[in-house]
Amino acid sequence: MPTTEAPALTRKDFQSDQEVRWCPGCGDYAILAAVQQVFPELGIPRENFVIVSGIGCSSRFPYYMNTYGFHSIHGRAPAVATGLKMTRPDLDVWVVTGDGDALSIGGNHLIHTLRRNVNIKILLFNNRVYGLTKGQYSPTSELGKRTKSTPHGSVDFPFNPLNVAIGAGATFVARSVDVFIPHLKSVLKRAAAHKGSALVEVMQNCNIYNDKAFGALTDKAGRQQNGLYLEHGQPLVFGDDKDKGLRFTGTDFEVVKLGNGMTADDCLVWDEKHANPSLAFQMASISTGDGLGDYPVPLGVLRAVDAPTYDAGVIDQIEQVSTARPQTLDQLIHGTDTWTVDAGGKVHRGAN
Amino acid sequence: MTLPIAGQTAAGRATEATVSDVVIRFAGDSGDGMQLTGTQFTNTSALIGNDLSTLPDFPAEIRAPAGTLAGVSGFQVRIADHDIHTPGDAPDVLIAMNPAALKANLRDLKDNGVIIVNTDEFSPRNLKRAGYEANPLEDDSLNAFRLYRVGLTTMTRRALEDSPLDVRSKDRCKNFLALGMVYWLFSRPLESTIDWLRVKFKRRPEIAEANVKVMKAGWNFCDITDAFQVRYDVEPAKLEPGIYRSIHGNSALAIGLVAASRRSGLPLFLGAYPITPASDVLHELATYKHFGVTTYQAEDEIAAVCSAIGASFGGSLGVTCSSGPGIALKAEGINLAVMVELPLVICDIQRGGPSTGLPTKTEQADLLQVMFGRNNESPVPVIAASSPADCFDTALEAVRLATTYMTPVILLSDGYIANGAEPWRIPQVEELPDLRVDFHQTADGFMPYMRDENSLARPWAIPGTPGLEHRIGGLEKEDVTGNVNYEPDNHDYMVRLRAEKVARIANELPDIEVDGPESGKLLVLGWGSTLGAITGAVNQARADGITVSRAHLKHINPFPRNLGDVLDRFERVLAPEMNLGQLALLLRARYLKDIETYSKVEGKPFTRDDILHRIEAMAGGPN
Repeated sequence: MPTTEAPALTRKDFQSDQEVRWCPGCGDYAILAAVQQVFPELGIPRENFVIVSGIGCSSRFPYYMNTYGFHSIHGRAPAVATGLKMTRPDLDVWVVTGDGDALSIGGNHLIHTLRRNVNIKILLFNNRVYGLTKGQYSPTSELGKRTKSTPHGSVDFPFNPLNVAIGAGATFVARSVDVFIPHLKSVLKRAAAHKGSALVEVMQNCNIYNDKAFGALTDKAGRQQNGLYLEHGQPLVFGDDKDKGLRFTGTDFEVVKLGNGMTADDCLVWDEKHANPSLAFQMASISTGDGLGDYPVPLGVLRAVDAPTYDAGVIDQIEQVSTARPQTLDQLIHGTDTWTVDAGGKVHRGAN
Repeated sequence: MTLPIAGQTAAGRATEATVSDVVIRFAGDSGDGMQLTGTQFTNTSALIGNDLSTLPDFPAEIRAPAGTLAGVSGFQVRIADHDIHTPGDAPDVLIAMNPAALKANLRDLKDNGVIIVNTDEFSPRNLKRAGYEANPLEDDSLNAFRLYRVGLTTMTRRALEDSPLDVRSKDRCKNFLALGMVYWLFSRPLESTIDWLRVKFKRRPEIAEANVKVMKAGWNFCDITDAFQVRYDVEPAKLEPGIYRSIHGNSALAIGLVAASRRSGLPLFLGAYPITPASDVLHELATYKHFGVTTYQAEDEIAAVCSAIGASFGGSLGVTCSSGPGIALKAEGINLAVMVELPLVICDIQRGGPSTGLPTKTEQADLLQVMFGRNNESPVPVIAASSPADCFDTALEAVRLATTYMTPVILLSDGYIANGAEPWRIPQVEELPDLRVDFHQTADGFMPYMRDENSLARPWAIPGTPGLEHRIGGLEKEDVTGNVNYEPDNHDYMVRLRAEKVARIANELPDIEVDGPESGKLLVLGWGSTLGAITGAVNQARADGITVSRAHLKHINPFPRNLGDVLDRFERVLAPEMNLGQLALLLRARYLKDIETYSKVEGKPFTRDDILHRIEAMAGGPN
């Protein structure tokens, strides 16, 4: 059969006709642009993309993508996406969520989706504040944070999203930053290629309610000094001119200054495929992500392991049982024990 | 009717008596296998051709402390040689496996009823646990009944002297001794239970054979001793010709959903979270993978409904199934389906409430919850099943409404019909409604919220279709385009449009039919599982010379178009409900007609006599 090559998709193909209504200067614009640039490169027909979101600023995302989209209810996007992916494995299903949506009201769905390894991609925009409801603290807000709902400072211990994901058994966990466009795009591509649940935390600036929350990481100096760009099989070095590294002491990570006999060879070589998730967990723990601590902020892929996906398992079972136990609807309705009443009113066991 | 007491024949053999209708209740500890014993008796009677109706009644605790009143599990079955509508108001026969079972059930037993007790369990300790101060087998407290004392445990052990089983396993067979006795007493064959045991315990033949042996021992004990003076038979009922099976409501619901999936061409997806008394629908559908059924035990009730909505978005038949507490959690999800106008079936197997309430008991008190328990104007069609077998037809109707009108639909059932069984005349597959669905395909002129001018349904355009990429969500939609829209006029229009879409369903519904005179002094109007008790009561009232009419609602939102006219034709309308008058509230609001509520909220279905007495009181005697 002759096939016609579909014309290559471009960024424009993924832009919807809807006016983008995030606040001017919002980090979401950069993430939207990155996704619109990455999707055409994935070799997937546009009609097979579905973006599912919950509630919050980030969750307006589907309206701005010219794909199938579903702006659902607060926290429930992973549940909607799971039902969709289980029944439509041919689709490429992405969830866009925020720190409140995913980690507060939707925490239960997030952890169970990750534990099941449903083959969907979850982009968690973390701005550490509730934006759409105008400035309350979120489950990722730092201790002491003063917001409208914490006028005396938050006494509520925050989540580290990466640790939540790793703890829930996620098979792919990564982090990038709204304004680190090339890095973000490469992480998105990695997530897209992963078979199973992929959680990508995108540090995102809310310039209205939590401006420069990640300023120490995103300003010109911070990018090099405070960003630890993880690469599988490469030693953990960072800083200006890669002058610092991370050693693993056996119990902890330790920042070392390179030179004076200390070289990259003394640093831990990053292994994102390590079967045991504890090292990734420990790596995620070295920083809260704002670049203000003693340790750099891990960016890139923390964990990427192969595991069977839930949706494939479900579909396999349906196929196996269908082959092993063919049955007609008529047989199902009849069941195993029938009796027949004949025209004369006589009763006998069986179906005739 | 009471079972006749005939004397023994001269030869010392029991006389035989044919009865037309008998109610038997098996009662014991929740570990005694009473549900299973009752089910076996039911299935055997079904295969004989009796009409039947069952009422299982079990505690919420899986194993309440042995021997206590809280742990008593009962199974009532009524078999008859004629058309019956209820599991019977009062048992003729009570099998009591221990003192607690006797105490908990005695007050329901008919005068002169038969009691078979396991004397081995009437120890001082068990009597005390059941709250007996004196042994009722030894005083005259049971004189009004025909008491049969049987050492079920002793006899079971004796019958299994040669069995390799340990004592504990042997003792667990004693319910089959009782079953064997009851089979003899009602002249039932043992074959179908023997067949069932051998299939059930295929991998543990020693257990199957021990139960077979014990059951036969029970049967033989009755046959060779003069334990009973009379032996009864119940002839087959004169049912309409056809092929029959016995079916529970939850099973009929599950099979109905599969049938709807096949007839619509839509793969079935069930998102569910375990909850009594709805879990059996999940269990059963999980075994139907070979019909392309996907079952998903979600992390909670919310994920259950949301996953079903996701599946519907993708072009599957999305279904979720729960009971009242779970429906409460699903409210926001159901409202999302209202807004995005996707097909969704929500089954509410009602139980006693509020809150956790009475998980294993029945009620129909979720009606207002499913009508109104969501924020803002949230019109959802509501239909109710009226008997175990009717759950099958109701499932097909729910799917028809959901896909025709692109709307969530609520299907109400309850614990009584979910767990109760009755004979079901099996339909021909080709007679089932044609539910075929066409997904929207053409990109030209496509708008996600354009509408069919008759049904007002929007198109079902599923992901993967080129050119139909669109976004849906819970924000208010602009008419036709489906874009987010906050304009006052548009919102007002859309609220009315969603209401109109559901209201229009009434245009194609059949009129509600009145059984009996089309007008007159008294109409008994019911919905859901009260059908059997109402029908039985109305029929009896007529036999007693009272003129009374009856009608029963399947569609509650919207109501059938002629309902208001029907109500106006009667001087008085009685609405029996297992709630405090929820249907009556809807009817009064809609039709400005006074409705007289008859409430019962005991976690138990109405008896026929409950309703009969109310009809008698309202009618003031024969007329």
